[in-house]
Amino acid sequence: MNNVILEMKGITKEFPGVKALKGVDFRVIDGKVMALLGENGAGKSTLMKILTGVYQRTSGEMYYRGEKVEFRNSKESQDKGIAIIHQDLNLISNLTIGENIFLGREPVNKFHKINWKKLFNDSRKLLEQLGVNEDPGGLLGELSLGKQQMVEIAKALSINARVIIMDEPTDSLTHKETLKLFEVIRQLKKEGRSIVYISHKLKEVFEICDYATVLRDGMFIAENSTKELTEDKIVELMVGRKLGQQFPRIEVKGGETALEVKGLKNRYLNNVSFKVNKGEILGVSGLMGAGRTELAKTIFGAIKKEGGEIIIDGKKIDIKSPEEGINEGISYVSEDRKENGLFLGLSVKKNMSISALKSLSKALWKIDGKEEESICLNFVKDMSIKTPSIEQMIKNLSGGNQQKVAIAKSLATNPKVLILDEPTRGVDVGAKKEIYDIINRFKKQGMAIIMISSEITEILGMSDRIMVMHGGEIMGIIDGGEATQEKIMGCAFGIKGVQS
Amino acid sequence: MKVLSSKKILKYQYVVGLILFLVIISIMNPRFLTLSNFLNVFRQISLNSIIAAGMTFVILTGGIDLSVGSTLAISGAIAASMIASGVNVGIAFFAALAVGALIGTFNGFVISKGRVPAFIATLATMTLVRGYTLVYTQGKPISTGYEKSAEAFAKIGEGYLFGIPVPIYITAIIFALSFYILKYTRLGRYIYALGGNEEATFLSGINTNKVKIYVYTISGIFAALAGIIITSRLSSAQPQAGSGYELDAIAAVVLGGTSPSGGVGGVIGTIIGALIIGILNNALNLMDVSSYYQLLAKGVVILVAVLLDRKNK
Repeated sequence: MNNVILEMKGITKEFPGVKALKGVDFRVIDGKVMALLGENGAGKSTLMKILTGVYQRTSGEMYYRGEKVEFRNSKESQDKGIAIIHQDLNLISNLTIGENIFLGREPVNKFHKINWKKLFNDSRKLLEQLGVNEDPGGLLGELSLGKQQMVEIAKALSINARVIIMDEPTDSLTHKETLKLFEVIRQLKKEGRSIVYISHKLKEVFEICDYATVLRDGMFIAENSTKELTEDKIVELMVGRKLGQQFPRIEVKGGETALEVKGLKNRYLNNVSFKVNKGEILGVSGLMGAGRTELAKTIFGAIKKEGGEIIIDGKKIDIKSPEEGINEGISYVSEDRKENGLFLGLSVKKNMSISALKSLSKALWKIDGKEEESICLNFVKDMSIKTPSIEQMIKNLSGGNQQKVAIAKSLATNPKVLILDEPTRGVDVGAKKEIYDIINRFKKQGMAIIMISSEITEILGMSDRIMVMHGGEIMGIIDGGEATQEKIMGCAFGIKGVQS
Repeated sequence: MKVLSSKKILKYQYVVGLILFLVIISIMNPRFLTLSNFLNVFRQISLNSIIAAGMTFVILTGGIDLSVGSTLAISGAIAASMIASGVNVGIAFFAALAVGALIGTFNGFVISKGRVPAFIATLATMTLVRGYTLVYTQGKPISTGYEKSAEAFAKIGEGYLFGIPVPIYITAIIFALSFYILKYTRLGRYIYALGGNEEATFLSGINTNKVKIYVYTISGIFAALAGIIITSRLSSAQPQAGSGYELDAIAAVVLGGTSPSGGVGGVIGTIIGALIIGILNNALNLMDVSSYYQLLAKGVVILVAVLLDRKNK
């Protein structure tokens, strides 16, 4: 084995009432990519926060380049050459690319005037190093997410980082951008830099990582060369048990049409028409920017439609707001539960019932507290949501449980059509399976389900039919049985498929 | 009864602070701890409390209402001129409230449908309504006159019921009502949701525009009610009445722990906030501290309390 550049030994971190890390060992090998894997809540982010000095450990030791180190804040770790690239990039969109790269470390003359020429020249050199042809004087906000990620990497290079931590770096990247990122990672390795790669996408781990460390429940489980691992093995290490069939697609006898969309048009959509039946899951696939979320929001009433018809149960309806959408039996679970799906400062109960309060309030708009509580308790039991009580703040729940609450919130409105936008994003493997089971349960009850997802395996495994979008248009609707990854990707990249 | 956890105690830090404050003042000045002085304090804070209750609704949604002081003035002026011309007290009372509601609804429309930031929108209404008040009153006080209804009208601000001033009853009713709305009704839930995450509220199928219009309307009505009380107490409406009251109300709300960015807090905190300000004024008065220093002390108390609150979060 090569040189160990960074080693954390027996790291323990206690928060009031919780032991987040229990004696974790973690190593980074010089010039290699180390995957850090584990379910949500396994302690990955806590460990990285300790490594970068954001948190202070309760006990344990850290060695970096042969020295015992102590980082009291993130600046100290940065100065030593440890950089972290967060999942939701830490960039400022109304500043230029160059300003972002050197934010807080701008080159200045002795009168503290910023040396713009040097700043932009240095930025250009760094970007070229990464194969990005962008003017560093351009606004960051005008870059694609993939390129913004490159700016973050340039920032890491600008402090000459030896260890770069990437937290879910491909989460919002297109396939092409992901490949480009991998190229850059390989180049960084050649330059002798080490990468810590945190991801939920196991395929990527095998493609780009040399080693993998698995955590579970705040404990170190294993460190292995990826050559000696398989996907199944990793999943088993992460969840501590063998998983059954991941995608239990169930067959439901064809029902009648629940939702029909005809020629839907607005600035995001071009003449979109399709049908969903009762008891059917229609998967919606496509690349970022294909118009999938916009389609969902247009049907739901959150985005204005400029043409076309929406028909539910044979009745043409006119929806102008989510309020009307819910009244007509459409419910939408947003793709970003933290940003616009849940109320992080409110309790599990208040989150779950918010969309259904109309049916829960009598005279004077008083909410029927008992009824509300019993409905919420039912969902908690039904979906096995792990929470100490329904009065618990939602922000204290794990990602998977938060997502279940988000789904329960939609289900509480008794929808005929349920639109799920990225239902398992940022959810760990074990909870994913539970969410699939929940979706299937409602499918069996005859709900029409539209499931938007960027995970092809999920789309393939769950959908009865798969609709692929590109540039606001439907490129093809493929039968679940005949769908393959190639067919879907073909359509997603704009090659027309078979309309069925 | 459940034992209070340390977290719960933190939540009631204001109550603890208030009690501590009371003890210190009563040791320093024996006149402070008398029933008559207390009734005095409560009556003095009733105006600010009622306005602050309305302000709490607005701030909980993440908004602000700067127009309450002007609303108070115009509502009072309209009530006074109606009473002076012999209109029935009930009609004058509800007409004044309707004026407040109208101004609030207008604010709500401009902010929600017009997408104007609340600060700017209510700053404009504040100026506009003050201007209209000056035009309406010709810049002179309007006396409630000597008609029969004037006598009845005076009871609202000046009267006693079982030895307790009427404004205290009104304040209590307003706070009970506000508490009920915020805690037990759909509107209350929507207000907290809106302040917590507007986009999520919209996507949850809630008409966010309507909620905004409601909270500004409530704020307008409460400000008008304060206008009626002060006009009744003075037997006349002053064109400059209520100037700067918006700031006292905001201070009481924020002092009471309601987050200025919305979503967290409530009216219980607000009444405590208003009490702290009221008692501070009263205590400094009893100790013959000049009003210039009183302002200074008020500023320091607000700053320290808010800083402590930040630290706890």
